[in-house]
Amino acid sequence: MPPPEPTPMVPGSRTAAPSPHQVIEGLKATDDPRALELLTPEGERVAHPEFDPYLSDIGPEELKGFYRDMVLVRRYDREGNALQRQGQLGIWVPLLGQEAAQIGAGRALTPKDMAFPSYREHGVAWCRGVDLKDLLGIFRCSDHSSWDYQEKRFTPYTIVIGNQVLNAAGYAMGQRFDGKVGNTDEAENEATMVFFGDGATSQGDVHEGFVWASVYDAPLVFFCQNNQWAISEPTERQSRLPLYNRARGYGFPGVRVDGNDVLACLAVSRWALEQCRAGNGPVLIEAFTYRMDAHTTTDDPTRYRLSDELETWKLKDPIERVRVHLARNGLADNEFFDSVQAESDALAEQIREHCFAMPQPGPERVFANVYHDPHPVLDAQRDEYLDYLAGFEEEGVH
Amino acid sequence: MAAPVISRAAEQSPSATQKLTIGKALNLGLRTAMENDPKVIVMGEDVGKLGGVFRITDGLQKDFGEHRVLDTPLAESGIIGTAVGLAIRGYRPVCEIQFDGFIFPGFDQIVSQVAKVHFRSEGRLRMPMVIRVPFGGGIGAVEHHSESPESYFAHTAGLRVVSCSNAVDAYWMLQQAIQCEDPVLFFEPKRYYHSGALRAEVDTAVTPAPLFSSQVLRTGNSATLVAYGPSVKVCLDAAAAADEDGTSLEVIDLRTLSPLDLGPVFESVRKTGRLIAVSEAPANSSLTSEIAMRVQQECFYSLEAPVLRVTGFDTPYPPTKLEEHFLPDLDRVLHAVDRALAW
Repeated sequence: MPPPEPTPMVPGSRTAAPSPHQVIEGLKATDDPRALELLTPEGERVAHPEFDPYLSDIGPEELKGFYRDMVLVRRYDREGNALQRQGQLGIWVPLLGQEAAQIGAGRALTPKDMAFPSYREHGVAWCRGVDLKDLLGIFRCSDHSSWDYQEKRFTPYTIVIGNQVLNAAGYAMGQRFDGKVGNTDEAENEATMVFFGDGATSQGDVHEGFVWASVYDAPLVFFCQNNQWAISEPTERQSRLPLYNRARGYGFPGVRVDGNDVLACLAVSRWALEQCRAGNGPVLIEAFTYRMDAHTTTDDPTRYRLSDELETWKLKDPIERVRVHLARNGLADNEFFDSVQAESDALAEQIREHCFAMPQPGPERVFANVYHDPHPVLDAQRDEYLDYLAGFEEEGVH
Repeated sequence: MAAPVISRAAEQSPSATQKLTIGKALNLGLRTAMENDPKVIVMGEDVGKLGGVFRITDGLQKDFGEHRVLDTPLAESGIIGTAVGLAIRGYRPVCEIQFDGFIFPGFDQIVSQVAKVHFRSEGRLRMPMVIRVPFGGGIGAVEHHSESPESYFAHTAGLRVVSCSNAVDAYWMLQQAIQCEDPVLFFEPKRYYHSGALRAEVDTAVTPAPLFSSQVLRTGNSATLVAYGPSVKVCLDAAAAADEDGTSLEVIDLRTLSPLDLGPVFESVRKTGRLIAVSEAPANSSLTSEIAMRVQQECFYSLEAPVLRVTGFDTPYPPTKLEEHFLPDLDRVLHAVDRALAW
């Protein structure tokens, strides 16, 4: 079944398409804490009348593509972790376990859409076409970001928890002000997706982002990866209610999706982006997943959580269920799985080589890009410091 | 509610002296303050079961319970804002901000409420609160984890601001800050939390120096170095190196940033005629600016050279592959000493 035809409308006015509330009522999701699931942990495809249309173009090749995406970003993640352990990176922020949430959401975005990541979104970066090598500089502490965010439509990683949510709301307001929602010609429409975690939902910036996006009908999908842990604090420390229920109080729909199910994440994200592009305002998605590794490489989760929790979640692994589904239904053979494995090994090798070859940035970089317009005072400070360094070279001291 | 760890330690050792790192001294200081006053509570992100990301609150929740050591929701404005209410209710909250660069979501509450409640209420409401901030660089971290924001707070009337540089001060100053009836921003030199080299004998039985006082840590005649927090060690190392070359440097640990206690600095400058202020914070409109201004005002006829500064640059904290350039080090301090002496 093809996606429903968008209803013609005057730009800026509300669409006559089913309201978000009707869709939610249809899902019975608002009061149902169970996550939407389209591919079970055992690899069974579950039919869903409301969401299957959003997967109508997803055949075996596409599903194999998602499998490849997830295997590659996991391999990348493990390589990053290893490089940190070997002293090549200052820190690593693992995404292990969150591959489906990020690939599902990332593959739902179109080139025109904008994405505002937090700092764990390596999988979304991959979907946006960011060269994974370019993420390394942040963790090697040699830069703060190095990709062209306008070209990739993927902003620099944001580390202060929740800051980017308000920024994304503003960007989405701009999309609406520019007439990029509700157009008959769907190609004209845009949306924004912002990524944050369960811990961030306690921050004022996130609350304010909900308020701004809702009262301005901003085309913003709030994509919350609830990975159950904000460093050592469980989600119960942030909320009494399931997080997706927060949306209701702000007047827009919230959905919980199995964050380890790439198909469900894709379908729900596509639906949410469609709502946004149609001019219906924001949507909150809570991708219910699990941080299978530490918060960062400086964290020790054995101090605050039990290992059998991890064992339980391993049974819901986001990659394994796709592998089982592909294999059991004869959609992919060993040659395919082997080739993806080989490709991931090659990626890891490239990442390693790139990491070892990364140059030490020069001292002038401390002073670069603090301002756009000329700043003679800072320029003088830079020159004085570079002269000071040159003095050591003259003395033959290094 | 009792503190079994301390009791056991006391039984094992009749002496009141323990050799502690700065981190352990802070932990012991907090523990002692909590034992002495049931209204002292600790709150922050991950301070409970995890014991804080730097383990400064290690074991406190286990011994004092979840209502005295609160793992808060993830919101700095919430931590500070609710601490204001708890203080009005009669508690003495000790808030932990996980990293310097994360204090800014709480900045509004600090500047608008914490700093002004006493003034606004004409003294009827007190704000006995401590906001602990691990600060400074040198740990090879990502953005927002290495900053020195103390000047913002020293600039704000109604706040008191202090910084410890060693284990003895860590132990005592934290307890004194908790006892203070005014809000205290407490800046801790995070890169030396667990430094074995800075492990020191902490005598828990002596009478400590007053909280809002500077201290001369090393006497000398050629020039004066004034610093606080992590920069104190840089200055002491520089003084030791200079000594080998026959240059005798006096080193003053400022300890209190607001109010400033510059008496010992004036006295020193009247002797040496030269002052170099050292700080990781960018120099522009900073504490080092204030020190230089006050010293030229009070010691004008004693100065043999302009007051010089060795600080972070007027840039955001750089990616940490570059932090060796940004941070004051022994060479930059000695270079400034040479310039002052050659004036």
